[in-house]
Amino acid sequence: METVTDLLVAEDLQAYYRYGMSGWIRAVDGVSLHLREGEILGVAGESGCGKSTLAMVLASIARWPLCVRGGRLLVDGREVPLRVGQGDASHRGTMVSMMPQGAMNSLNPTQRVRDFVFDVLRSHDPTVTRQAAVQRARERLEKLQLPERVLDAYPHQLSGGMKQRVVAVISTLLNPRVLIADEPTSALDVSAQRALLALLAQLLVEGIIGGIILVTHELPILRNVASRTMIMYAGQVSETGPTEQVIFEPAHPYTRALMDATLVLESATKRQRIEGLEGSPPDLSRPPEGCRFHPRCPHASETCAESFPPTLQPGTDHTVACWWLADRLEPSRPGSGVTAVEP
Amino acid sequence: MTDPGTRTGASEAPVLRCVDLSRIFGQGKHAVRAVDDVTLELQRGEIASVVGESGSGKSTLARLVLRLLEPSAGRLYFHGEDVTRLRGFARRKAYWKHVQAVFQDPFGSFNQFFPVRSVLRSALRLESHLSAAERDRRMWAALESVGLEPGSVLDQLPHELSGGQRQRVMIARAVMVQPELLIADEPTTMIDASSRANILNVLLDLNRDRKLTILFITHDISLATYVSDTLFIMQSGQVVERGPVEQVTRAPEHDYTRQLFADTFSLHGEAWRPARAEGAP
Repeated sequence: METVTDLLVAEDLQAYYRYGMSGWIRAVDGVSLHLREGEILGVAGESGCGKSTLAMVLASIARWPLCVRGGRLLVDGREVPLRVGQGDASHRGTMVSMMPQGAMNSLNPTQRVRDFVFDVLRSHDPTVTRQAAVQRARERLEKLQLPERVLDAYPHQLSGGMKQRVVAVISTLLNPRVLIADEPTSALDVSAQRALLALLAQLLVEGIIGGIILVTHELPILRNVASRTMIMYAGQVSETGPTEQVIFEPAHPYTRALMDATLVLESATKRQRIEGLEGSPPDLSRPPEGCRFHPRCPHASETCAESFPPTLQPGTDHTVACWWLADRLEPSRPGSGVTAVEP
Repeated sequence: MTDPGTRTGASEAPVLRCVDLSRIFGQGKHAVRAVDDVTLELQRGEIASVVGESGSGKSTLARLVLRLLEPSAGRLYFHGEDVTRLRGFARRKAYWKHVQAVFQDPFGSFNQFFPVRSVLRSALRLESHLSAAERDRRMWAALESVGLEPGSVLDQLPHELSGGQRQRVMIARAVMVQPELLIADEPTTMIDASSRANILNVLLDLNRDRKLTILFITHDISLATYVSDTLFIMQSGQVVERGPVEQVTRAPEHDYTRQLFADTFSLHGEAWRPARAEGAP
């Protein structure tokens, strides 16, 4: 699927956390993905599935004890160094920028927002004047319907929603090609969520940013904003495809379980039991053999516990790694290119 | 104590009744009416949700009902008894035997150096008359009622549990003293979507099996419509709309309620796709 028009291509990323003297926690283990120009790619999964680690690797801000062990990242066809300290830092914030999860802890508590903005811009462009920096931030804030006085405020004087929007403004200030947004909406109420996502979409439409990778565990959000969705489980990709297909015709049992556990806004759901997902993701220092989902999978067979599932293509642009699906899809069926992938 | 809160003709006084309850923070020009003349009633076995955006006064209302904050005005009745002024810690402790709470951050509610067993034990200090054997029995029963395996969980430290498990321990801690009213302040906000349903099912089971009355505080209206019988929509400290959940979801009357429904991301209907104008397929 990777073509020259892809904005971002990641190949076989491996990022492990050092654990103890010789252990590794395989938080991202062989993840490949691609992002097209103008697209929002959603990344979903439970906590502990490596979503945030993937975000850190893509933004090339992985730091000890997180070690990038392998893989390649290309943005606009240009290779981006994955390890901190490797190459220069000019790509940061301009090619790939990260919008971090905890807006509460991302601002400097002793700096006014305007000083922070100036510091960010100056570190990338030493010639920028204070006025120009503040003017740029002011224009962005206006788009988010934030009052100008935010610039003169200290972080503790802002509400959680305001802080999140300020962080959104700062992380897109350098017009990055790709924005990695890690759970940007989790601390916001519904109206602020919509405002924030509308801003990100507007930046995308105006071409200020080239594409967005949106990490979240809220499937309803992805359904409304993401054109493609990738489901992660235990550090690996279990399903990728057009959002409507992944959400409404999930092929992987894990995606199905996630969908079944999702609350839907409609009056008929009152007190109707929704079954959550039992158990929790595996310990990634000793991930299960074979398919990593097999201990929790209702369709698990012996094959699932023994060998890594093949990557199947049940539809256009739709890939699934699952043995159960492989048994149901005839290998001869056109479009179902059964290709085994080594772990 | 007299029963000023009992409605004449009602067979049973409501479990909780707030009358014109207000709380003002600050003074003069900077005064904020965080909770502004809120009147509401909860019957036994009812699940009511208070829904509103950040800063609408939901959590302040919860803290007023829990008697962690003093109201500036208005009255609060528990089973018809006036609990607006509870002087002295002993009287509050007696009140907390009947009214318990679960908060948003299950990790912040734990002392991370103590195992689950001591967290639960400390809550049982409210029931000082119980024998050691009875306390252990209560702990086991409470953990089982929230779907945890007491044998393995009791000796674990908070960081060894998942977020969902931690929140379930917190619910167990709250129901162990057999309260009549549980205040659940955003109990699933920091929980994964996949374990959220499990937490809600635990609350629904407790409500069904023990007739536990629940005041559910949330900003998520889809969550509220899923669990509750009654909705109270709060905006800027005031309850702007109230009613049975079917009525409010079918025909919301207040603009703010309609806005909440409109803003909520849904899996149904036309997708929003703000970025579809260009580029995206």
